[in-house]
Amino acid sequence: MPITRRAALGALAASPMLAAPALRAQTPVEISFNYPVAVGGPITRIIDGYCADFETANPGIRVRPVYTGSYQDSITKALTAAKGGDAPQVACLLSTDMFTLIDEGVVAPWDEVEGVDRAWLDGFYPAFLENSRTGGKTWGIPFQRSTIVMYYNKEAFKAAGLDPETPPKTWEEQLAFAQKLTKRQGDQVTQWGIQIPSSGFPYWLFQALTTQNDVRLMNEAGDTTYFADPKVAEALQYWMDLATKHKVHPPGIVEWGTTPRDFFERKVAMMWTTTGNLTNVKANAPFPFGVAMLPAHKRPGSPTGGGNLYVFKSASPAQREAALKFARFLTAPERAAQWGIDTGYVAVSPAAWETPKMKDYVAGFPAAAVARDQLPHAVAELSTHENQRVTKALNDGLQAALTGRKQAGPAMADAQAEAERILRSYRG
Amino acid sequence: MQGRARLHAWLMLAPAMLLLVAFTHYPAVATLWHSFFSTPRGARPSRFVGAANYAALAEDPVFWQAMWNNLIYALGTVPLSVGLALAMALWVNGKLRGRAALRMAYFTPTVLPMIAVANLWLFFYTPDYGLLDRITGALLGWGPTNWIGSRETALGAMMAIAVWKEAGFFMIFYLAALQAIPPVLHEAAAVEGASRARVFWRVTLPLLGPTTLFIVVNAVINSFRLVDHIIVMTHGGPDNATALLLTYIYDAGFRFWDTALASAATVVLLLLLGLLAAVQFLLLGRRTHYR
Amino acid sequence: MSAAIAPALPAETRAMPRLGTVLETAAAWLLGLVWVAPLLYAVWAAFHPTGYATRFDLTAPLTLANFVAAWNAAPFAQYFLNTVLLVSFVLAGQFVLCTLAAFVFARSASRLMGLLFALVLVQLMIMPDMLIVENYRTMRALGLVDSILGIGLPYVASGFGIFLLRQAFRQVPRELEEAARVEGCGTLAILLRVYVPLARPTYLAYGLTSVSYHWNNFLWPLVITNTVEVRPVTVGLAVFASTDQGIDWAIISAATLLSAAPLLLAFLLFQRQFVQSFMRAGIR
Repeated sequence: MPITRRAALGALAASPMLAAPALRAQTPVEISFNYPVAVGGPITRIIDGYCADFETANPGIRVRPVYTGSYQDSITKALTAAKGGDAPQVACLLSTDMFTLIDEGVVAPWDEVEGVDRAWLDGFYPAFLENSRTGGKTWGIPFQRSTIVMYYNKEAFKAAGLDPETPPKTWEEQLAFAQKLTKRQGDQVTQWGIQIPSSGFPYWLFQALTTQNDVRLMNEAGDTTYFADPKVAEALQYWMDLATKHKVHPPGIVEWGTTPRDFFERKVAMMWTTTGNLTNVKANAPFPFGVAMLPAHKRPGSPTGGGNLYVFKSASPAQREAALKFARFLTAPERAAQWGIDTGYVAVSPAAWETPKMKDYVAGFPAAAVARDQLPHAVAELSTHENQRVTKALNDGLQAALTGRKQAGPAMADAQAEAERILRSYRG
Repeated sequence: MQGRARLHAWLMLAPAMLLLVAFTHYPAVATLWHSFFSTPRGARPSRFVGAANYAALAEDPVFWQAMWNNLIYALGTVPLSVGLALAMALWVNGKLRGRAALRMAYFTPTVLPMIAVANLWLFFYTPDYGLLDRITGALLGWGPTNWIGSRETALGAMMAIAVWKEAGFFMIFYLAALQAIPPVLHEAAAVEGASRARVFWRVTLPLLGPTTLFIVVNAVINSFRLVDHIIVMTHGGPDNATALLLTYIYDAGFRFWDTALASAATVVLLLLLGLLAAVQFLLLGRRTHYR
Repeated sequence: MSAAIAPALPAETRAMPRLGTVLETAAAWLLGLVWVAPLLYAVWAAFHPTGYATRFDLTAPLTLANFVAAWNAAPFAQYFLNTVLLVSFVLAGQFVLCTLAAFVFARSASRLMGLLFALVLVQLMIMPDMLIVENYRTMRALGLVDSILGIGLPYVASGFGIFLLRQAFRQVPRELEEAARVEGCGTLAILLRVYVPLARPTYLAYGLTSVSYHWNNFLWPLVITNTVEVRPVTVGLAVFASTDQGIDWAIISAATLLSAAPLLLAFLLFQRQFVQSFMRAGIR
């Protein structure tokens, strides 16, 4: 770790010198940087500030920041532009879009950019790098990354006779706690014990359950999925049982967007959601709350999530070098730490957590470190070739099971069959 | 003189036709063309595959579900939005109290941006503390309903938003048509002692024929086009319960980047719309000769 | 405007409203309430602290903080200017091009024209969202990516506008045109002095539709633009619409009101003229 840190800091210090070659200094290299906004707050202003600071430090380079909407809008825009022959040079896109971007032939690996520093590439948390590398090449630089944690209402814990400083550690405890936390009036529930959102991208939250049940959903090459593994159906059965058998989880599909609000309204005592919600919960929860690692079953675990920086193939060598400098600038420990504090994203390198600023922050707000402590158990988010199509197959299966149209086993078998049909052609 | 008039006509048509061809017909034909080729991916160039993309559509159960959902969506939203639009127009055209405020109220959905409003609707549909559940709870004593999170109610919830968005817009057209009806006709009918209902059925409605045709055609097209709120709120879920043809196309084109499949689905959608338009003109067209 | 109906009603209904009328009024108002509910809710949520977005408490403190936060999250002033420029350009272009084309279609009955008109109608059905990739290529070839012209150009020749204006023009009596011709008017003068004034309600209705469509259009402007100098207000609005951390209704409401306010105000201020011009043109 100390080596990584020194290397990263050294690289930061050296970056103005790297721009020195007189040839390039005369005509400024221009790159455009596409980025999405997925958390609240004045993100566009922060990014504009980073770009301005970078230009001051690197007079030979101009960075044009382009805000591109949500993650989905961003990939739409990047690929539409690339197909029109007009790709950006750098873009922050979902780490799971890696295979799509490779298959479309629009991105280049970072390792091949001139002047790349291996130590810097290896300096990120391995859990984040898992989603950024395939076939021995690094396609994405972790930037705005997240993971799933549990938030719980300490007041509700006290009221239910639970110790507010002891969150559930296992699936059994999670169920037992949820049973105590569920409040009923007649046959109506006024407070649910637990809530795991299932709208939009249920696969992500589900992947935490499967990881805890010690089963992988896909291989590293992204051409095979294991949805039909009985352990996957087991994990799904646990989720379904929370709602239908034990009745401690709201029935049907739980909306992702309203889950934090449900928590603030005391409609649910424990919720699973992204670490990106930390700032939001801190600002809006009208009661003391705790943040905990997700309960373990056979092992602890959660998928990572969020966005990586990609460099595009259409960029000239000079632009790629500029892009590299920019990526190093954005992920420098001090900046990564500040970015994490401002947004709630998990700072991407151990070095960032060692900065004084981050240490002070964690000392004052220990909940912020939960995500970091969970990272050793984290796995790569589900990502395959034709990623969105394969995840849709899984999402459909999950929602069919959670809405009671299919049993857990058949739902996962159907999802696997569909994934198999899609991925067959990618296996040599 | 004749030649010059013709030249003038062509000069007047040219700019509009040029832009139409450039941004509608050319890309539409390109879409049709692409529907017979495979999707190019990186190193694999596009190649001619004949009707394979259409076969892939036919084999995809999600496509059929989207088709079926869309049919329900159209059958629900078209009559409701047109009927409500007519009722609204009659009300604000009549002598109702506060009709200016009402006209404003009916019209507001047209000017609100869907990308934001969909999120406000999410609050209405939120189980338990959402507005709808509070109202049904207070008036009918119902328990919490997961409106957009269960297969049974999700499509209906989406249809309600579409009707809400459209009806006020269609009202404007009916209003314009109602005010173009000469008062003499109503006076004459009144002198003959006809009831209000009779005047409506025998005088007003027939005179609204062309407007109705126009609105119905638009409503049908919108029932295949108005999907912003679905993309924002449900992404076609839960389990494809709110998937429509255009969300299917959007998924294929902009999430899976299977442009060939998206092109084929677009062609199917256009054929369907063309067919529907033709049927409507044939069925309703006969009743529009009152002009 | 009720003059058309009022004399038709029997005298006693005016003195004492019948049950039917009362019910009808109630129904109309109920419907109006439902229709305006999202707007009312937005006003409630926008002016109160975020905790009150889901609680209706009359003693809730008022605040402008949501507007400040929304305004600061994106350069809205610039976005507004861009939207106004875009909408004006599209509307002006549509009025000119559609008027010219509709005039030709309205006065010609030849088969060729019929065919061309059918081609125009095709645009009513084609989803512009599906043509994004192709249109992006065209725009790039024309060098119009990231320009207001680039956002607006695909919409300037509007099938809907041509259709509406053609319908309106066809209702203009031929005698009026003949009279103008006798007075020595050329084709263009006839169009401007006879046809255009008579089609005023159509221009208003269509103009309003077009303005609200382009004021609220999102996907194409997002894709075709890159810089703050060109982007319309909906792109700024999207910052609040899809976030990882769930929905903050207070701030979304504030942003919605900010972006819709100019349109709502315009409609509020001009609705009398708007409706009257419908009526005047209708009676003529």
